[in-house]
Amino acid sequence: MLVGAFKAAHGGWTVGNVRDLVRQPYIGAYETSIKISLATALVGALLGLGIAYAAIRDGTPRWFRGILTTFSGVAANFGGIPLAFAFIASVGNVGIVTKFLVQHLHWNIYSTNYPIFGHFTLFGTFGVGVVYMYFQIPLMILVVAPALDGLRREWREAASNLGASSWQFWRHVGAPVLAPSFLGAVILLFGNAFAAYATAYSLTAGSVNLVPIQIGYYYSGNVLDNPHLAQALAFGMFVVLAVMMAIYIPLQRRAARWAR
Amino acid sequence: MTRKWIAPSAVIWLLLAFAYFVIPLLGSFLFSLNKLATGTCCTVHWYGTILHSGAFWQSLKVSLLLALETIAISLALFVPTIYLVHLKMPKLRPVLAFLALIPFVVPPIVMVVGLLNFYKGAPIWFYDQPWGFLATAYVILAFPYMFFSLDAGFRSIDVHTLTEASQSLGASWPTTLGRVILPNIRSAALAGSFLTLAIVMGEFTIASLSAFHTFPIYIQSVNESEAYGAAAVTVLSFGITWVAMLSLLFVGRKRGARAAVIAGAR
Repeated sequence: MLVGAFKAAHGGWTVGNVRDLVRQPYIGAYETSIKISLATALVGALLGLGIAYAAIRDGTPRWFRGILTTFSGVAANFGGIPLAFAFIASVGNVGIVTKFLVQHLHWNIYSTNYPIFGHFTLFGTFGVGVVYMYFQIPLMILVVAPALDGLRREWREAASNLGASSWQFWRHVGAPVLAPSFLGAVILLFGNAFAAYATAYSLTAGSVNLVPIQIGYYYSGNVLDNPHLAQALAFGMFVVLAVMMAIYIPLQRRAARWAR
Repeated sequence: MTRKWIAPSAVIWLLLAFAYFVIPLLGSFLFSLNKLATGTCCTVHWYGTILHSGAFWQSLKVSLLLALETIAISLALFVPTIYLVHLKMPKLRPVLAFLALIPFVVPPIVMVVGLLNFYKGAPIWFYDQPWGFLATAYVILAFPYMFFSLDAGFRSIDVHTLTEASQSLGASWPTTLGRVILPNIRSAALAGSFLTLAIVMGEFTIASLSAFHTFPIYIQSVNESEAYGAAAVTVLSFGITWVAMLSLLFVGRKRGARAAVIAGAR
């Protein structure tokens, strides 16, 4: 594939395919892909962290954690076509929740104009992001739970003995200890969303311009003039992920320092 | 200072999470019970339609057989390899671990581009049926999950002592592997197998781009044609994921089977 990216349609070598990547619609596809992946990675990581902390912290019953981990395992695996449909059936145009809100609260989520987002649609970029959360948050919970375990209770007790407030504890102890694993998890989630194909394909029927969808076009026969362009697109994805891995590995090493 | 009661903010977080994760599932379940004419509850008609459709069983059969084939090939390839690496070449272990990360990092869509290109010259039987090309792709896709499960399993047993004991009693290599080592890593092998099952049953990208009719492809085709039926298939498919994951949890209680439970078909 790496070789193919630099081949011309009729044989011979070229950088033309890779140069094509910076033109529309391909550069737009990378932009949308990276934007969705980054947004879902950041928001998913924050929400996942919040949920994981709520489940692990003192006071929450012990058995709850087991349930959450099992469910996260299932939800992180429940991707692709069925996931997209579950959302269509719930908050799609004639979904159960949509209908319920119209009938009982007289609130049509589709005709409301929201302050910042404008009109909501499940089948655009924002909708894809909302659906991606369904596998991003559970992945974050699975990844961050061990890091939260590393945040020892003794540290918290020591901090409060020395007169630190809750905010001071998080600012000077919690955040620095968690930062490397948090950033590492964000990168993992980024790659996770960046690679997703089936969910977006099923949800939008290809109307959202993402890199995997562009590659998919070539192989499902919509456009087939230059197979090497698909290889160049794949090569571009590979480069983005390689950069992410190059950031991830040193972070992982740093995070391992606090592991039990 | 240990809290006696659950923190109020924790309750809010968990309730919100519960709502977000349960609503789509409940939604598709209720949707699948709707009557076509009135759009109201309740009928199991759609489940009947799905369960009586030939395409459902056909695609389910293809996916299940593919999963079994992938599991068989992976175990046959990786159990002896990882055994040898642990026994004779422990220096190669990090190399294998690095190789195992590659299918995890490279997205399936990139992998299928590379694979289709790589196997361009392969004989026709290889492409004709899913058992050739698709199974090869899935063995690669399942490699990280198999490797990390099996590796954990092998690390939890004393490979050297077991092998020496078996050989000093006169066992041949195949006997040692089959009757001494294999039973000891059984739960690790099972864990890897259930993860592989979950991956193969849900994999859409590669199957779709190489045009084979597996279970996820069937779901997508129902999805495009009849909405209520699609809800029923969605519920069924979620059930399959649950069964695979709960089986994983069940075998995971035994030693050596703790592995990452992140597989997936995004």
